[in-house]
Amino acid sequence: MEFYAGYYDVIVVGAGHAGCEAALAAARLGCKTAVFSISLEGIALLACNPSIGGTSKGHLVREIDALGGQIGLNTDKTFIQIRMLNTGKGPAVHSLRAQADKRNYHISMKQTLENQVNLDVKQGEVKAIKTHGNRIDGIVLTTGEYYKCRAVVIATGVYLKSRIIIGEFSANSGPSGLFPANYLSQCLIDLGFKLNRFKTGTPARVNRRSIDFTKMKEQPGDELIIPFSFMSGSIAREQVPCWLTYTNSRTHEIIRQNLHRSPLYSGMIEGVGARYCPSIEDKVVKFKDKESHQIFIEPEGLDTQEMYVQGLSTSMPVDVQIAMYRTVPGLENVEIMRPAYAIEYDCIDSTQLKLSLESKDIDGLFFAGQINGSSGYEEAAAQGIIAGINSVQYIEGKPPLILDRSQAYIGVLIDDLVTKGTKEPYRMMTSRAEYRLLLRQDNADMRLTEIGRRIGLVDDERYDRYMRKKELVEKEMERIKEIIISPTERILEFMERKGTSLIKSGITLYDLLKRPEIKYDDLQKIGLDNKELSRQEREQVEIQVKYEGYIKKQIRQAEQFKKMENRIIPENIVYEDIRGLRIEARQKLNEIKPRSIGQASRISGVSPADISVLMVYLEKMRRQRILEE
Amino acid sequence: MLMEDTIAAISTPIGVGGIGIVRMSGSKSVEIIKNMFRTKDGKALECFKNRYFYYGKIVDSEGKTADEVLVVVMRAPNSYTKEDIAEIHCHGGIVPLRQILRIAIQQGARLAQPGEFTKRAFLNGRIDLAQAEGVMDLICAKTESAAEASIQHMEGILSSRIRNMRKSLIDIMARIEVAIDYPEEDIEEMETEKYIENLTFLINDLNRLLSTADTGKLIRQGIKVVIVGKPNVGKSSLLNALLRENRAIVTDIPGTTRDVIEESLDIDGVLVRILDTAGIRKAADIIEDIGINRSRQSIKEADLVLWVMDASGLIDDEDLEIAEEIKDKNKIIVLNKIDKQMAVDLKSIKEYIKDTPVIKTSAILGQGIPDVEKSIHDMVMGGKVWTNDEVFITNIRHQEALIRAGEHIRDALSALKNNIPLDLVSIDVREACDALGTITGETVTEDLLDKIFSEFCLGK
Repeated sequence: MEFYAGYYDVIVVGAGHAGCEAALAAARLGCKTAVFSISLEGIALLACNPSIGGTSKGHLVREIDALGGQIGLNTDKTFIQIRMLNTGKGPAVHSLRAQADKRNYHISMKQTLENQVNLDVKQGEVKAIKTHGNRIDGIVLTTGEYYKCRAVVIATGVYLKSRIIIGEFSANSGPSGLFPANYLSQCLIDLGFKLNRFKTGTPARVNRRSIDFTKMKEQPGDELIIPFSFMSGSIAREQVPCWLTYTNSRTHEIIRQNLHRSPLYSGMIEGVGARYCPSIEDKVVKFKDKESHQIFIEPEGLDTQEMYVQGLSTSMPVDVQIAMYRTVPGLENVEIMRPAYAIEYDCIDSTQLKLSLESKDIDGLFFAGQINGSSGYEEAAAQGIIAGINSVQYIEGKPPLILDRSQAYIGVLIDDLVTKGTKEPYRMMTSRAEYRLLLRQDNADMRLTEIGRRIGLVDDERYDRYMRKKELVEKEMERIKEIIISPTERILEFMERKGTSLIKSGITLYDLLKRPEIKYDDLQKIGLDNKELSRQEREQVEIQVKYEGYIKKQIRQAEQFKKMENRIIPENIVYEDIRGLRIEARQKLNEIKPRSIGQASRISGVSPADISVLMVYLEKMRRQRILEE
Repeated sequence: MLMEDTIAAISTPIGVGGIGIVRMSGSKSVEIIKNMFRTKDGKALECFKNRYFYYGKIVDSEGKTADEVLVVVMRAPNSYTKEDIAEIHCHGGIVPLRQILRIAIQQGARLAQPGEFTKRAFLNGRIDLAQAEGVMDLICAKTESAAEASIQHMEGILSSRIRNMRKSLIDIMARIEVAIDYPEEDIEEMETEKYIENLTFLINDLNRLLSTADTGKLIRQGIKVVIVGKPNVGKSSLLNALLRENRAIVTDIPGTTRDVIEESLDIDGVLVRILDTAGIRKAADIIEDIGINRSRQSIKEADLVLWVMDASGLIDDEDLEIAEEIKDKNKIIVLNKIDKQMAVDLKSIKEYIKDTPVIKTSAILGQGIPDVEKSIHDMVMGGKVWTNDEVFITNIRHQEALIRAGEHIRDALSALKNNIPLDLVSIDVREACDALGTITGETVTEDLLDKIFSEFCLGK
């Protein structure tokens, strides 16, 4: 029986990585918030690999952190290994990746939610979203509770009508044996949403005691720990290694012999999987000539023997799983604790959303995470914080926070999902970002903390740290441009040792630092570094000097881009009225309802000529309005 | 697309007048004109007075003269677009116009989109509200006709080479990007030297392509020249003589009927499609009538008519009929059979042939054939003959894409040589891809991801 159970400003459905950020953001911004999870054991569950970050995903974590989110802090609290990837490449693509303790990660995030002022954490399955006209009215649980609210964030992850598949066996189940959500899909369809069915998978978890590590290569963490959060000072922690091994021809042979039993090839799986995350059978079929594939063995935590087998994701039957795992060096006697499985789930067509992540049709209804067709914890969390912030902005009648493609990976992610949609689970990649050199992980705070402050998520402590860093870097940039070094004996000897061409007359410190052979820390040797600067600040100065040419180039490109983004298209525009627009363009524009000329130009099927026509039309409307006034 | 760029275009119909105008609009117009213009004694001008004509010449980046010109600068806001405008008045032929436009593009101008000057004039408030619909229609119509031309042209050699070049760039980029996005996969990284080698190969290819594109040989549709005249005046002999002298390129339609024979030949870099028609006269029977109608159709479509007459014969009614038929056409009169007694008198058709060159030949002996060729060449180059300027513009657009791509590839190469990290080099390579993509309308990201995931085995 349905009964009135209470009122919240914001209700978040789902407490995965998107739901947690959304709920925390809404509560921290002062809204009375509730977050519902089908099981409280599912809060911030790292259902696939026990790892946060990696290329471009690490950037997302830093950005969420810079805005005042939780994922970075929670990772720093619970990582058991951390590494900076790509250090041999340019600064824009340096990426942090951590192994988290799966259980601690969940517990720590659950505690954060539980202790958050304004936030109630509840177990329950949401059955329906209630609307009043085209506005949110509330939600109803399967157990009858009816909560009234003003905004809802749907962050159901892979739980909607989820089904797991292991070989010939399949069952309606969420990840890790948790309940699926069987009712909400129909409600979304009734509200007018188009649903897609996507698929993802996870490898087996195996017992550490059954692994022979002597046959694998050890992969330790970095000696110098660089944390994710701009708020975490230096961290000293004992780290645990990961292990590298390889598949071989016997592994591949077993897979080939049993392909007919793979649900992927027998037609049992309908959902669309991602190219980014193929199963081992996919790899073996598509890349026949590759003789071996990498396997990383990653610890799931400190107080468990479970190990994650990265690279052997599969939906093969368990007997095949056992046989093929045991062909891998070091896994000859391996004991599988949890078999690998594929999982199918419902998600929405993300082009039905605005850039604010609000539904185009129902006011106050927001979506974040895998329900929008993305994949990955970090992608989910990024959408979560934005949906959380914007649900509050909506309630308070303020304009939504929209980060654009030149400001953040978060902007690239959401713009891609909303403007282009996705036909497969969407993964963030650095090559999706046009202004990659500006969107570095080291300067996420420089890009976003000011914005987080304005929104209200950045507390004084975080803001002060940011301001201090900014000021020190600016001052140092001025200083090195002013200091001139002369060809003294000491300097020349230093230059010779560094293998850089000698100077005949004085040059600025700035010009010296521009040389590829000279690092900021080298300046210490000639006593010209600034001792006041921390590692982070030194890094900023170094990057700004060394890559100035390219950074300037990208800033110019970004400025051009911004001009088109800032040409806002009024929401009440009637595309049918515009002469000269091609029919296809008209349909697409009507469907996507772009916010700006810039966004319109990224819609497939809208040509430059259509954009020209649109610009002339907008100018015409503007002048007519002026005339009327 | 962007309002901040400086745009350039030929703003007079190509091949209609003796004078042609290349116009630029945008904040960099004056700077660009300074780089292109030299006075009579070869000096660059520091300052252009507003609305003041300067006489001199346009030079390319190597100092070679493109044409003698008059140049005028109209500063914002007192110009058609309310932006800085520079106009170059040159000779009306296709060659000078094309060269000057190309130099402007090399100096940093962007080729204007269809209707873009008018669009800017409107957006900047120069054209009043009442004309807004007209502006939109203009953009739409011009785009359509340009698109048509470009579709025809897309099948050409040039665009398929551009496509291949873009593919090679995507390959290079995929190599760089996969190593960035998947640092932990065991993918063999390519050596810097190898990237340099590949990009150098590409830039050489690109330069070669640009230089051939320049001679105009890659303009796929040639000038359509039709030979007309009474029977037995030597039309076929003339065609044969022209073919003998020149390299025949293709034999397109080998006599599907005996009535119209088409051959293509290359006269000093001008591609000419030449058609020999059945004679035009009153039809004796139905079959001949069909032939004559075909001839009439060919004349209608011709860019230039070679009117062959027997120098030893007399003008009669049939000649007058032909004269009437081709009176609005660009034409050259060929008086053939000068090896015989001269008898023809052109006085009776003089109103029909004002300003028409008259060439004397003996097709059988091969006399005067070079004069015919020169005459055709001059009329084309002088801008008298040119009909399809959309194709011409499309060709320039391809060149522009190549020029821009070349700039970015050169940046990438110098970055590689200076040990700049690959992820930064990739910025230049992406821009080069983008430049070439403007021709084919393709975007980099999707093609790149497709390439990465089809080529490399990735993911957990």
